[in-house]
Amino acid sequence: MIHQDSKTILEVSGLRAAVEGVEILKGVDLIVKSGEVHAIMGTNGSGKSTFAKVLAGHSAYQVTGGSVLFEGQNLFDLEPEERARAGVFLAFQYPIEIPGVSNSHFLRLAYNTLQSQRGKDELDPLEFEDFVREKMKLLEMNPNFLDRGVNEGFSGGEKKRNEMLQMALLEPRLAILDETDSGLDIDALRIVTNGVNKLANKDNAIILVTHYQRMLNYIEPDYVHVMRGGRIVKTGGKELALDLETRGYDWVGVERRVPASA
Amino acid sequence: MSAVLQNLVNQPYKHGFVTEIESDIAPKGLNEDIIRLISTKKNEPAWLLDFRLKAYQQWLKMEEPKWPNVKYRQIDFQAISYYAAPKPKKKLNSMDEVDPELLRTFEKLGVPMHERAALAGVAVDVIFDSVSVATTYKQKLAEVGIIFCSISEAVHAYPELVKQYLGTVVPVGDNYYAALNSAVFTDGTFCFIPKGVKCPMDLSTYFRINTEESGQFERTLIVAEEGSSVSYLEGCTAPRFDTNQLHAAVVELIALDNADIKYSTVQNWYAGDEKGVGGIYNFVTKRGLAKGANSRISWTQVETGSAITWKYPSCILQGENSVGEFYSVAVTNNYQQADTGTKMIHIGKNTRSTIVSKGISAGHSNNSYRGLVRIAPTASGARNYSQCDSMLIGDQCGAHTFPYIQVRNQNAKVEHEASTSKIGEDQLFYFAQRGIGNEEAVSMIINGFCKDVFQQLPMEFAVEATKLLGFKLEGSVG
Repeated sequence: MIHQDSKTILEVSGLRAAVEGVEILKGVDLIVKSGEVHAIMGTNGSGKSTFAKVLAGHSAYQVTGGSVLFEGQNLFDLEPEERARAGVFLAFQYPIEIPGVSNSHFLRLAYNTLQSQRGKDELDPLEFEDFVREKMKLLEMNPNFLDRGVNEGFSGGEKKRNEMLQMALLEPRLAILDETDSGLDIDALRIVTNGVNKLANKDNAIILVTHYQRMLNYIEPDYVHVMRGGRIVKTGGKELALDLETRGYDWVGVERRVPASA
Repeated sequence: MSAVLQNLVNQPYKHGFVTEIESDIAPKGLNEDIIRLISTKKNEPAWLLDFRLKAYQQWLKMEEPKWPNVKYRQIDFQAISYYAAPKPKKKLNSMDEVDPELLRTFEKLGVPMHERAALAGVAVDVIFDSVSVATTYKQKLAEVGIIFCSISEAVHAYPELVKQYLGTVVPVGDNYYAALNSAVFTDGTFCFIPKGVKCPMDLSTYFRINTEESGQFERTLIVAEEGSSVSYLEGCTAPRFDTNQLHAAVVELIALDNADIKYSTVQNWYAGDEKGVGGIYNFVTKRGLAKGANSRISWTQVETGSAITWKYPSCILQGENSVGEFYSVAVTNNYQQADTGTKMIHIGKNTRSTIVSKGISAGHSNNSYRGLVRIAPTASGARNYSQCDSMLIGDQCGAHTFPYIQVRNQNAKVEHEASTSKIGEDQLFYFAQRGIGNEEAVSMIINGFCKDVFQQLPMEFAVEATKLLGFKLEGSVG
């Protein structure tokens, strides 16, 4: 929700990034303030997932231009783990399986790392167990998730819920949800989006990266951005998403398209 | 981890291996006279000299094995001195005299106090002021009739027992290095658990009062009589250095009816530098004979050191319903080469074996699993389950699997599973995105990977092994 005393959390200016020498982002501009929910939409290959990964600091992507300030700090001065500890959270489109590492151990380590970063008390395994079980209720998750390997053998929906559980535990300032809706059936979508809504507050901000409007039926965005050819070519309110649903992406930003060589 | 610490791990330390006076050392080279000299110096009975000479004759006719997947420069066996009078390690009077850097390494590794003392060459009695741990240890064992001493001591004190069992599991001509060991072994451990005795504590060589070095040709013989059980720990997680490059040990285990032997090893010998210069060649023959019905032999090994490892702790399952187990983690980094695995030879009815092998390769190293499961025609109802998993870190290393399976009985059941995985950028990024740095991430992934093996280790060994692996793979990712 847009509110008066909101602070700027993220300021992206002219961001360019490449993977294996091919430029994918060609000048992204975006300002995100606390309390806001932004949706970034676009077709496959428009650069929206790349944008999410660049913000989180995936090493396969090279930043070739522009700047990103996170709460006033140059984001690119921080290593990926430092960005996470500073409060940048990426919910993965394809959460990674880590066989043999128990989910509860992983979650607790992540949680305690952040707690100590924030100068708060770490939780021992028993305390953590109680704490995480409460959070799991929010996402209607079975407690046996804790004993399994991280995402090991999880269904698509289970993986996404596990991502949301991590978000609930880590309470990020900026949460970037990369196609969290993909692969979810309607019940799972309701549970996951319900969880996101409960986590959204006036101090944090959420960026939803999605193909489809359907997620936005559950999470109401303050802004909808359309990405195309590595840039944000149109910004509007939630009604823009509905337009996209009926008219497709082809009409958006055609007039502003720049040749790739530019 | 800091570079300083890393250097420490891979650096010969100053204490403990000081050669004070080398007066009593045999001329280089190997011949019958040298063997006679060794036997005379050790004041051995005639039967043992015969044993050695027979081994030597076999060795002369044998060739160095060429089949392992390792490369090294030809060893000049005539350039080695095969006998030096046992020299006591330099004794320090208190922990204060130990190199503080070494102590810090122990600290980091979490090596228990008593081990630190023993490793640094401090007399154990000094550390534990009231009663010597080692003495208490020996008394306790003697009360239940367990013999635990050096093999040289056993040759004199218990000649009949040694004569009865030595070379029965690994015959003198078994293989090139076993033959060499049989001809020239200098010392090692003898352990005898009498009928019905459950050994009240884990046996570890630290507590063998004899503090002399066993040298490069170590010989271990463990006999568990009917209904007895023992858990034996070999090696330690702290780095071990030696001036001898070639090590060819032989370990023989014998389990009679209903006996149970568990043998755990953590090996962290000098592996050479990061360019692959130096390091120990570890060519070991380890074999257990599950001779009696319902007997069990279990090998657990964590191999992290040595430039070259050539080692196949095996079980001969002769007794009906006997069980053989092999749990292994082998880590290679830099230019290390390991060719390791096991042999499970099923002879008795309803014999069972389990093989769990985890190979981790990093740097430019090569890690091979080599295993043989043989089911003899007599082994009706035999079962084997093998699992071989390899993990690669980086793209310059290699993982290889050579499983041999020979089944000559229709009623046997053999299962083999194998997998290869890689610690990928994506996994590390996932951890990083949750605030967990590379080092911790790798350690978590590796420990997850090795869990099935680590849980077989005695408690404190497991904790140390976990830390050790993190140590060895330091800096190999990212």
